[in-house]
Order: sequence, then structure tokens, then C-alpha cells
Amino acid sequence: MSTVKLTVNGKAVSADVEDRTLLVHLLRDHLNLTGTHIGCDTSQCGACVVHIDGRAVKSCTVLVGQANGANVTTIEGIAKGDELHPMQAAFRDNHGLQCGYCTPGMIMSAIDIVHRHGGKLDEETVRHELEGNICRCTGYHNIVKSVLDAAGRMKVAQAAE
Amino acid sequence: MGVEGIGASVVRKEDRRFITGKGRYVDDIKLQGMTYAHFVRSPHAHAKVKSIDSSAAMKMPGVVGVLTGQQIVDDKVGNLICGWAITSKDGTPMKMGAWPAMAPDTVRFVGQAVAVVIAETKNQAKDAAEAVVVNYQELPAAADIRAAIKPGAPQLHPEAPGNVIYDWAIGDEAAVKDAFSKAANVVSLELTNNRLVPNAMEPRAAIAEYNEAEEHFTLYTTSQNPHVARLVLSAFYNIAQEHKLRVIAPDVGGGFGSKIYIYPEEMVALWASKKVRRPVKWTGDRTEAFLTDAHGRDHITKAEMAFDKDNRILGLRVKTHANLGAYMSLFSSSVPTYLYATLLSGQYNIPNIFAEVISVYTNTTPVDAYRGAGRPEASFLIERLMETAARQLKADPAELRRKNFITQFPHQTPVIMAYDIGDFGASLDAAMKAIDYAGFPARKAKAKSEGKLRGIGLSCYIEACGIAPSKAVGSLGAGVGLWESAEVRVNPVGTIEVLTGSHSHGQGHETTFAQLVSERLGVPISQVQIVHGDTDKVQFGMGTYGSRSLAVGGTAIVKAMEKVEAKGKKIAAHLLEASEGDIVIENGEFKVTGTDKSIALPMVALAAYTAHNLPDGMEPGLKETAFYDPTNFTFPAGAYICELEVDPGTGKTSFVNFVAADDFGRLINPMIVEGQVHGGLAQGIGQALLEGAVYDSSGQLVTASFMDYTMPRADDLPSFKLNHTTTLCPGNPLGVKGCGEAGAIGASAAVINAITDAIGNNKLEMPATPDRVWHAIHGNAT
Repeated sequence: MSTVKLTVNGKAVSADVEDRTLLVHLLRDHLNLTGTHIGCDTSQCGACVVHIDGRAVKSCTVLVGQANGANVTTIEGIAKGDELHPMQAAFRDNHGLQCGYCTPGMIMSAIDIVHRHGGKLDEETVRHELEGNICRCTGYHNIVKSVLDAAGRMKVAQAAE
Repeated sequence: MGVEGIGASVVRKEDRRFITGKGRYVDDIKLQGMTYAHFVRSPHAHAKVKSIDSSAAMKMPGVVGVLTGQQIVDDKVGNLICGWAITSKDGTPMKMGAWPAMAPDTVRFVGQAVAVVIAETKNQAKDAAEAVVVNYQELPAAADIRAAIKPGAPQLHPEAPGNVIYDWAIGDEAAVKDAFSKAANVVSLELTNNRLVPNAMEPRAAIAEYNEAEEHFTLYTTSQNPHVARLVLSAFYNIAQEHKLRVIAPDVGGGFGSKIYIYPEEMVALWASKKVRRPVKWTGDRTEAFLTDAHGRDHITKAEMAFDKDNRILGLRVKTHANLGAYMSLFSSSVPTYLYATLLSGQYNIPNIFAEVISVYTNTTPVDAYRGAGRPEASFLIERLMETAARQLKADPAELRRKNFITQFPHQTPVIMAYDIGDFGASLDAAMKAIDYAGFPARKAKAKSEGKLRGIGLSCYIEACGIAPSKAVGSLGAGVGLWESAEVRVNPVGTIEVLTGSHSHGQGHETTFAQLVSERLGVPISQVQIVHGDTDKVQFGMGTYGSRSLAVGGTAIVKAMEKVEAKGKKIAAHLLEASEGDIVIENGEFKVTGTDKSIALPMVALAAYTAHNLPDGMEPGLKETAFYDPTNFTFPAGAYICELEVDPGTGKTSFVNFVAADDFGRLINPMIVEGQVHGGLAQGIGQALLEGAVYDSSGQLVTASFMDYTMPRADDLPSFKLNHTTTLCPGNPLGVKGCGEAGAIGASAAVINAITDAIGNNKLEMPATPDRVWHAIHGNAT
């Protein structure tokens, strides 16, 4: 057992966990942040993507010890109160989700994609970048639309800041 | 309110919880004192279980109990059943082998559970499961259809000699023989419909809680049909009586058919919760999903189609072997029979059809309905045959189809179905226009000059949805009725709850059903709550599968609203001192026609609940229930056209364009409908290009993870161009047909027709991987 200390969604947290505990289990089982999902056991599906120090990471690939001291953001931490993150709003407005299970990971990956590519996103790049996130419902058509839409919204939001 | 009613693409009411991480899936739920289950599973495809030694496991930290297959048999928990009786050609009933929830003596597929460990934590349960020692005596395995039916094959079940479950037929054999004798041309085809793994993104999960004092169970489970689960668990598996079992299916992360069935793990969790007197949670991992979720498809088929000298179809002869896996899953028997062979007429006027279906046991995961269920297999066969015929007869593929389209409705096919309405020419026209079919030869020539092989492929599908009426399916062997129920509660202040027996696991019912209410009763959708997925809240209902929720479940809501309106009119007439016959309803107002007198729905509701001033003898309250049983199946149909390029150097396929023209009848929320089509197309294209469950000859599933089984990813798929044509379904008041499965039913044939057109070789199996395509181009086909 070890004690880990990290920041999750802006709050300092600590937990006593088995050394083999994965970050995704810390989030779900110890911190009750169940928006981060588990869809596979081989780090393929991306349902568990969170941000660690601003970068999209599959939280099933991270032992909690590796996240000690890190700044973690989950799907529960991206809206500002009642105001949705532009990526969340774009997924809703473009019907970018159906069953909702892959959605948190998709949104967290997509935010990172927009951050890394800035205004230079096109459909092909979005499709290539989403390779690590599997959705079984949407055929990705509306997810791609959502990400491109959000890229525009995020640029506008950034310009306004 | 029109902006939220029928035909409006309103954004989904349910989305906010999903995009903010506030969905509530089974694995998100924790109960006080909850324990965790982990199953000990067979590593062998076929073996005798000689002994199970759990003594070491019992001493491991946190272990609460280890339970075995023998104990579940001793406790008289019923075997899993198949609920659709099929009768063989010779009049004998299907041969169902026993399927205990955990194997007491024989395992018949890799992954079959033999024991379960219950512990304080998931990790402790997993660790202890490693310490359970099972002594197996391996037996020879039959890993596919051919291995199972050859002489001397290993026998799976004593009940089924030769591993044959049934040898069934439909249609008039003599008439077909006669038709073929008059044929000018006969086109034949042999093909495999590849085995698929549904892979809903949320793995199956269950939490069972037993209340000793009440002798009552609660089961949270990933189900598409919680009432059916409760019925089967109580009536057949003897775990709890129906009134002592509450089944809750909260947010469910996709189903595609795989969550219709009641699986061993859910049964064991319930049974174990009483054994250990603690809540028991089981959450499957992805490998368990690959090994134990019912798979789909897996047919081998030989078919022949006879044409006259004018290229009109005279007859169709089909022989299919279907692999049902090691045990008969809940509706498995119906999939290759009544959901497959009854659709073999496709969109065509085929006067004579004869189809034989032989379903067999193999040492593989059970096979059951997966998105489309039988109808994709039928559509793939017919559309591959039509394309093959066009090539052989040197006819244009579109014109050959058009020449044989059914144009008069209703149309009785020779295989049970009576198509009620359609306009197949209209959807084909729309698809051809959308893809610029006429311009294809020029595009093909240009691609050729650039070293690429370009092809175009058509697929004109039809499906039967709704899976009803109950009397009809009952006469064909179904063990259940396939109606749907709804309850509409107008609350005292005018907000509305709709309780539906349908279940949403991605389909957007909370929005679409609210739109029906908004249209009819004039309330904003924000004032409507759709309640589903809890047997303690909702009256008995049949659940969601077969694209039935709107056509059957939605109509039940309409029927309940009609009753609400009728009672509301009586109350309004009384309050307005008018004749009931003079009351009309507009935008939620009950108006006296020809006057300015009116009363709003909330005031009518309030009057109904205060009951201070109701017509003499009227019961208080404004709440109505309807059970709706349709008069026929619905028949969504459409045309898909795929244009693609193949790189002859690598065998890699790239999409140029994929267009769809679907006729789903009236659309309630076009945005949601299109989302359903996108997802279905992705699964159909996945089958054609990427997906395939592969067993080795010993029965090991070698594609049991996302590393090995190719799920369609974003960069494997194109954006789709969707079109709609409309003939209103005459069988229900909404005129709707259902849209959930169309894409998966129609897409795969369009893709394979396009690739084989591109490469000039008609022999190509799915999935058409670059390796297979390359060999099909250059010879040495694998």
C-alpha cells in the first residue's frame, strides 16, 4: 500500500491504495469519478482518457504512483459550473454521442487534439488523431463533425479571452 | 411547439448527463457491503471437468466464497434456455443440449465458467481465481461448421446427434425445381457470412442484492429488456419469483443485440448474492466480452438463382449452414430461420423460393442476434447474387435490380412475409443520383490512369422490423409475445411522465418519445420525462431490439395518449359546459370549437386530481396505459451505393464515396435517425472490411481483444451521404418503420460488390482485408 497525492479537477486529493492500482481505478473506485470509463483491457479503446498535466492520457496505462503529484482533469472537471466546455456542447449539438460510454474519453481526447493542432484541423487529421478511441454507436461521422465544430468554437473562445 | 414535435431534429435530452460524466452505468453503482465476483473459466474448447479444488483459494485474503457448477445444479437453478422452438423438416423438435450457468461436468467452449470466486475486492477475487485448481480432461473439439458436420466429428451434446440442432426448410421445393428447369440462365454463389463480435463499448455487468427479510432480489444489469430478464430469471431459472425480483437496467452502453440475453454471469450473481448474503457485483472485462457475449452471423451458404431469357427472376434455391456455437442462446434458433430465410425475397419479385437451414453446434461461443440478426445475412446473400447475376448476364446492376423490383403492394412473398408498402425504385434513384452513377465510368477510367482500381457496388436491402404481431410470431415458435406497453401520466400540474417498456441504450428514446408527447399534447419536451429500465417502475414491457422501439413502443405511447385525450375531453367539456363532441385539442389547449372558450391541459389535469368538479361517476386522475400489438412487421428498405478504390500494389481499399437512400417511413427526429444509420453502416462496413472472429482448429478464439479483432476506427471509415425517401407505414398510426439496423443490413454487400467490381474477381470473402484483396487480384487466393 502507498499513499498518493495528486490534484484532480483542481482539488488536492490523497488516497491509500495498492501499488498495482491504475489511475482509472483510483478515479472510479476511490474518488467516485465514474465519468471515466473502462471499455477494454488492452489500452485500445480510449474510454478512460483523462488529462494529466494538460495532455490526453489513457488512465488505464498509468499506475497511480506515476500520477503522484500530477494535475489530473477528468470529464467531470471541464465544464465551468453550468457552462459546458465547447467540446461538450459540440458533441451535444452535433449528435456526437449515442450510448455515451465512449463519450468522456472521446471528449478528453478531442480537446487535446484541438489544443495540439490549433486551427489547422481538417477531417482527415481528426479521423487519424481519433485512432485511439473506439466508438461502436456513431460510425464516427458525427464525432468528427463535433470535433471540427468545437475547434472553431474553442478558437473563438480563446480569442475572446 | 412544432419545433419540438414530429420531424424536428432537436438535440437529445439525455446528452447532458453523458457529456458531463454523470451517466449511471451498472459498474458506476456501489452498494453497501458489496462483494466482487470473478469467474474461473475454461481454457479448453471441450473438456471434462474432473475436479475443482478451491481449498487454496478459500484461504486467500478477502475471499468470501468459491462457488462451483455442481452447487448451482444442486440448488436446482434452471438451465439456460432457447425461447424460440424450431421444427425440423422431418417434424422433430430442435435438439437443445443442457446449458447450466456454470459447467458441473463438461465445458464446451473456451471461456465457459466453471466456478466463481466472491471476495471483498475485485483484485482479491481475481487473485483467488488464479488459485482455483481445475482438473480438466481434454476432448477433441469441433471449432467450425465444417468440422462439426463431418463424419466422426466430436459430439457436443448427447441430445443432438451429428451436432445438428435442426434441419429446417421453408418454401416449395418442387415449385423451385420446376422454375429452374425452365431457366434460361442460372447464377450460383457460395459464400461465408463471417462471425462477428458485437462489442458494445460497455462490457456486461451485474450487481445483485438479496434482502433476507423480504426474500427479495434486486438486479442491476446491462439489459436491453429488463422485464424479459425478470421473466426468464423467475419462470425458467427458478432464482426468484417474479414479484420478488426487481430488475434495473440503468444507463446501458450499447447493446446491438448482445444485451438481450440473460447470461450465466447475471444468473450466478443473483444466486450468489443469496448464498453469501451480501451484494455481489460482476463487471466483465473486454476479454470476457469476446469470450462470452453472444456472437453474430457465421453462416456458410450455397445459393442459385434462376432467370428467364429477359433476366427476370424465376426462382431461388438456398442451402445455409448456421453455427449456433456450443449452446443455444435465448433467441438463437430464430435468427437463421425466421429472421433470415423469410427475407430471402429481398426487394424482388421472386415467384419461387426454397431455403434449407441446418443449424449446428460447435465448440465456440454461443451465437445469437447481433444488429440485423439474420436480415444482414439474407441481404448480403441476395445482393451478392444480384451483382453476380448482373456480371454473368452482362446487365447493368442497377437495371437488373430495377427490372425485378416489387412494385405492387401489398406483396406476398413465397417466404411468409407480406410487404405492406415501399418504393424501391425511388430509393435506388435517389442513391444513384447522390453518387452520380452515370459519371462512374469516367471516374473509373481516370483512376485507372492513376494506377488505381475503382469499383462501384450497389445494395438494395429490405428488412422486417417490429418483429410482431404476437399471434404471428407465436405461430412460428416464439415463446413470448412481441407487443409493447406504455403508461402516460399527466401529473396534477401538467408535467408528463411516460413509462415505456422499451429500453434506450443509445437510441435516444428520452428525446424521440418526448417529441411524440410534445406533438400530441402540446407540452415542451422539457416537461416530459421518459421512464424506462426498471421493473418496479414500469409495467411489463418487451424491451428494445429489432428496430421495434418506435414502431411498437412509440405506438403504445400514442395509444395511451389517445386515452388521455379522451378522458381530458370529457373533463374539459364538463368544465366548459360544452358538449364532448365539440371539444378539439390544439397545442395543449382543449377548445370548444367555434368559440373562444378553452382550457389548458394543466388545468384539466388539476381538475382530474382535485376531483372537486368531475363528471358524475368519473374516476379521479389522468393516467392511462396501453398495450399495443401491431398488425404486421414493418419493412424499412433502401439502397446503398459504395464507390471505392483499391491499390493493386497493397490490396488496400479506400472509400471514395458512400451514399444511402433509406425509406423509414415518417421520421420523428431526423438527426437521431441519421445517427442510427451512421452507426449501422459502420458495423456493416466493419463486417465487410475489418471484423472477423477467428478460432483456431482447437477452438481457441485467437481474436479475443481489440489488439486482434479489428474494430472500425475513425480513420477506417468515410463520412456518409444520407438521403431519405418516404412511404408511410400503413401498419401504425405514426407511419414509422424503424431505422436501427438498416445500415448493418445493407452496407456489407455494397462494399464487397464494389471491391469485386474494382478488381474484376467475384470471389472474395469477408472481411476483405488487404491481404485477401491482394491475393484476389494477383492469384493464390487465401
